[in-house]
Amino acid sequence: MLALIIRRIMQLAFLLFGISFLVFSSMYIAPGNPAAIIGGPTATAEDIAAIEANLGLDDPFLTQYVRYVSNAVQGDFGYSYQTSQPVADAIAVRFPNTLKLAIASMIVAVVIGIITGLVSALKQNSLLDVSATTFALAGISIPNFWLGALLILVFSVNLQWLPVGGMTNPFYTLAGIKELILPAITLGTGSAAMIARMTRSSMLEVIRADYVRTARAKGVREKNVIWIHTLKNAMIPIITVIGLNFGFLLGGTIITEKVFAINGVGRLMIDAIAARDFPMVQGSVLLVATLFVVVNLLVDIIYTYIDPRIKFD
Amino acid sequence: MGERLLDVKNLVTSFRTADGTLQAVRDVSFHVDKGETLCIVGESGCGKSITSLSVMRLLPSNGSIESGEILLNGEPLQNLSNEQMRKIRGNRLSMIFQEPMTALNPVLTIGYQLREPLMLHHKVSKAEASKQGIELLRQVGIPNPEKRLNQYPHELSGGMRQRVMIAMALSCHPSLLIADEPTTALDVTIQAQILDLIKDLKEKLNMGVLMITHDMGVVAEVADRVMVMYAGKKIEEGPVEEIFTNPSHPYTLGLLHSVPNVDDPEFELEPIPGNMPGLNEQISGCRFHPRCKFAMDKCKVTEPPNFKVSNGHSAMCWLNEKEAEKDESSGRVTVES
Repeated sequence: MLALIIRRIMQLAFLLFGISFLVFSSMYIAPGNPAAIIGGPTATAEDIAAIEANLGLDDPFLTQYVRYVSNAVQGDFGYSYQTSQPVADAIAVRFPNTLKLAIASMIVAVVIGIITGLVSALKQNSLLDVSATTFALAGISIPNFWLGALLILVFSVNLQWLPVGGMTNPFYTLAGIKELILPAITLGTGSAAMIARMTRSSMLEVIRADYVRTARAKGVREKNVIWIHTLKNAMIPIITVIGLNFGFLLGGTIITEKVFAINGVGRLMIDAIAARDFPMVQGSVLLVATLFVVVNLLVDIIYTYIDPRIKFD
Repeated sequence: MGERLLDVKNLVTSFRTADGTLQAVRDVSFHVDKGETLCIVGESGCGKSITSLSVMRLLPSNGSIESGEILLNGEPLQNLSNEQMRKIRGNRLSMIFQEPMTALNPVLTIGYQLREPLMLHHKVSKAEASKQGIELLRQVGIPNPEKRLNQYPHELSGGMRQRVMIAMALSCHPSLLIADEPTTALDVTIQAQILDLIKDLKEKLNMGVLMITHDMGVVAEVADRVMVMYAGKKIEEGPVEEIFTNPSHPYTLGLLHSVPNVDDPEFELEPIPGNMPGLNEQISGCRFHPRCKFAMDKCKVTEPPNFKVSNGHSAMCWLNEKEAEKDESSGRVTVES
């Protein structure tokens, strides 16, 4: 297990190196000069050249990249072109909001997804199953910016039950929870639908397995046949989908944070891209990539607990 | 022998499919006595497994028992509630399956799976169940049983897994053990060991055994009586010696001819021509007549009743109609290629 974790962390280092190169080069190629944006519409060519020289933007590509990487490995991710704030600080302020949103959405997705999938597998072809499958299809198809806007309209504007947006209160207070509900549903619905579909098909496959018949032949109670003999076996593909969905969720925070005016990393990233704030974009992308890899490492570790046949040695 | 353990009367099991309702078991009756082994023999798809699953009431969700009676120690099983039936399964009525590779749950330890029926039916503590589990594993010839309890099925060989299945099935001392091709997936030396084990335990526990197989070698090894099934019907039933020395249905004869005989160098394998009819195929008269080389005109029109051949031996074939009539009719026998 320890070997797996060490190996994954080493892989992560290479991965981050590759990702940073990709992001760095795509930002370099992308149209729009950060110096011109910083200088504003009134800046002269000399002003812009001065800013470029100041930021090191007039250096060759590789020089810039090597400088960035050598600083980054020392923990210095540079300064924002827009605010001159250190990138690490800017992200540190916003990251808790994004993490809260991602975790809350994941809880929504897992709870709704697994329950819906289970019900529809156990009552296959019933009305419940048909409605659950329809929900799943709708959940996958509905774009989350639209769902978010709709939820705001219904629950915040018309019913006035929940706040329209923002995320300023700690999550353990009632106000904090209320702030989380709509964004979490908005972001979690798509994943819930995917988890529901995977749970349904995985359960249906396992429930026909020989060992489930063996359990019944032993006289095991139906409740235990489902929860112990079936679900544990069906969990492997479900866990995989949950892990992958965490990645989609992180991507989805960009839109959800925008819709609900949450001060998170997603919004930071979007604004940074618009302003050609290279260091900020780099920093946020690296953070999201790291999270994704860590979550998938967790998924792999969970595998070994669920299925004793899986070993990473 | 004597005491009647399982009595199945006129069992009809059908499946709802896209092509309508199909009968997989058609009016089958048989019985198993205490301490006796009955082998149900037939090709794949003849309904032998479905017959055993009907007895267990573990049919797939689209299958159901349409009519007939299943009596265990005189108690009709088909009327029991699901909960009552659950209490009988694994307790008085046990089953082992064909594939030891897939019949054990891969994510639960051997110990957990072995303790389950003991804790459920005998209401013993976990520690007591583990103790009994170790004893059971020892009984079925598994070395190092203490260690096995904490292992998972994938850490055991096929033969070992089948032994674990047997230990599980026997844990609550069932009066009837149903074994659905328990040796098909195993290699020959292990097959013999498993059959011996079942035979020993049957004698020790005075169980009835209902063994499903397509292997005439297994039949010769373990059976007291044999029931031959074809396309959902029982076509012949009798004591094992009778079936081997005096097979009275052309299909049984065909089955015996398709087993290699190493003692007789002259012996030539003789396959039964054609294939078993599908469940939805309508066949008039005897269901075997399209493949039967002794088929007569009568066979194509009228389904034969169950003719008594000798004491305890019966066959559903017009050739057994009556000794005298059979002689008369011999002139009418048409041989089909």
